[in-house]
Amino acid sequence: MVERSRHVTVLAHAVLILGVLLTLFPLWVAVVGSTHRIENLQSGTFPLLPGDQLVENYTAVLNEGDTAAGRVPATRMLFNSFVMAVGITVGKIVVSYLAAFAIVYFRFPGRNLSFFLIFITLMMPVEVRIVPTYDVVSNVLAPLQRLLEITRLDRVIEALAGIEVSLRWSLINTYTGLILPLIASATATFLFRQTLMSVPDELLEASQIDGAGPMTFMTRILLPISRTNIAALSVILFLYGWNQYLWPLLVAQQDRLVTVIVGIQRIVNAAETQPLWNQALAMTVLAILPPMLIIVLLQRLFLKGLIDFEK
Amino acid sequence: MTYRSHFKHKTLPYLLLLPQLLITAVFFLWPATRAVYQSFLRQDAFGLNITWVGLDNFARLLNDRLYLQSFGTTIVFTVAVAFTALAIGLAFAAAADWVLRGSNLYRGLLMLPYAVAPAVAGVLWFFMFNPSLGILANFLEAIGYDWNHYLNGRDALILVIVASAWKQIGYCFLFFLAGMQSIPKSLVEAAAIDGATPRHRFWSIIFPLLGPTTFFLIVINIVYAFFDTFGVIHATTAGGPIQATSILVYKVYVTGFIGQDLGSSAAQSVILMLIVIGLTFIQFRYLGRRVHY
Repeated sequence: MVERSRHVTVLAHAVLILGVLLTLFPLWVAVVGSTHRIENLQSGTFPLLPGDQLVENYTAVLNEGDTAAGRVPATRMLFNSFVMAVGITVGKIVVSYLAAFAIVYFRFPGRNLSFFLIFITLMMPVEVRIVPTYDVVSNVLAPLQRLLEITRLDRVIEALAGIEVSLRWSLINTYTGLILPLIASATATFLFRQTLMSVPDELLEASQIDGAGPMTFMTRILLPISRTNIAALSVILFLYGWNQYLWPLLVAQQDRLVTVIVGIQRIVNAAETQPLWNQALAMTVLAILPPMLIIVLLQRLFLKGLIDFEK
Repeated sequence: MTYRSHFKHKTLPYLLLLPQLLITAVFFLWPATRAVYQSFLRQDAFGLNITWVGLDNFARLLNDRLYLQSFGTTIVFTVAVAFTALAIGLAFAAAADWVLRGSNLYRGLLMLPYAVAPAVAGVLWFFMFNPSLGILANFLEAIGYDWNHYLNGRDALILVIVASAWKQIGYCFLFFLAGMQSIPKSLVEAAAIDGATPRHRFWSIIFPLLGPTTFFLIVINIVYAFFDTFGVIHATTAGGPIQATSILVYKVYVTGFIGQDLGSSAAQSVILMLIVIGLTFIQFRYLGRRVHY
């Protein structure tokens, strides 16, 4: 056993307490600020203890929204964030699991190419190619249109049917537009590929002897054994989806689709003068609460997901 | 991988891969290709005339004082965020690894900022540093520093660095702690028997063994500071005052959506993509040689 110096133990606790203060202080300020009248916040000395306006501020934000920021109720924004986060989580998991299953359990021409195409999307955040991605979402059929033009098929169709081909399908201001472009993920596919590769071969052989087809094997054997992996990954993906910023900022242009993270920014930057900080902070607390509850309540899954995901 | 038994089916694997490949093609490959293509074009102000200009968009960027300044800002910002988050995360992890009591509680509290979106972290610190009503700005004023991130570029840069690093400390902490806990106790005990002090044991045994974790976190933090901090900037300083906090990923957005200069924005996208590819390459080289204790 290593000898334990008391001094070091005291120092370690001091460092950790300092760390906890640094971590919690901004969150505490948000909670406190969200329970005061705006006049109290503007008085020049920031209160350190909660005020008595908790119910008033939160009901105002939840039901009416901020006057300067389009009066979108926070309940609406929370709902939008929830739909987006769940959509991204479920979408990524389904799409990636199917792809990983195909890559691990089948041999087919184009397998390596498919793997390569998925691989190159790794770590390429939407932020770096934001303008062309936005263009695609404002007309998802543009690639197809281009294909028709290059192959001159549009001319053929025009000559044969007399229709000028102009394909348009915009996903701006739709939930699909918020979700779909963000669900291609190499990381999730990689993770599931690793999980599936660690499944013993005997399971496949045994179920093949029992006459199970690929889909039966996947749903009956593989899915149950990858349950924990899927759950852990879901936690990370939910946080990822909930905390998106640039994409919803561009795609959700109508008030009814605004997410809560973007909503905070709208309150803070809407007013010409000082924003209603008590309401902005109430919104901040509402935006932080769901993801924070998840990592606290599902701590084991969260930690597993974090370590798995970044491997 | 080749030894695995597998299914024989002609069409099913393609059907299974189709959703992922389709999404990748439409929302990733196509836009990325468009970005490369557009980076060689220039549109006039009305979008009527498009001309092929070769590498001229890139040449202009490299001669653009504001772009180079943004590059410099990004590097200062990235180094500061990465270093702060790593150093503080390491200190907390070393302390949590040492203490016997309460380490789970500390861990549970220190990881909380992971749940906070970068944009929200930005808003929180933006509020605390608010020159007229922010608690930290008031404190600084009391000790004689006139803080104003609306007017002072350096204050604004410090604000976005602090907010971005704060959000990332918990992440570094968790990975450092996991790394420390996987170091065999026998190594540390052997050193203790040989008379190494706690400080010695940390710097000559624990820290070197954390090499892979540290390297991994450096890459992750660079990626984070380069790309994920868009929200911190956009929700608070909006790149200002006078470009002081205009990092590259923010500049792409401003050039493309507000300046409507598609050629230049595309060229900036291409440069950022090259940086990402470089970082991915570095990380994969390292991942291939990842040491398991």
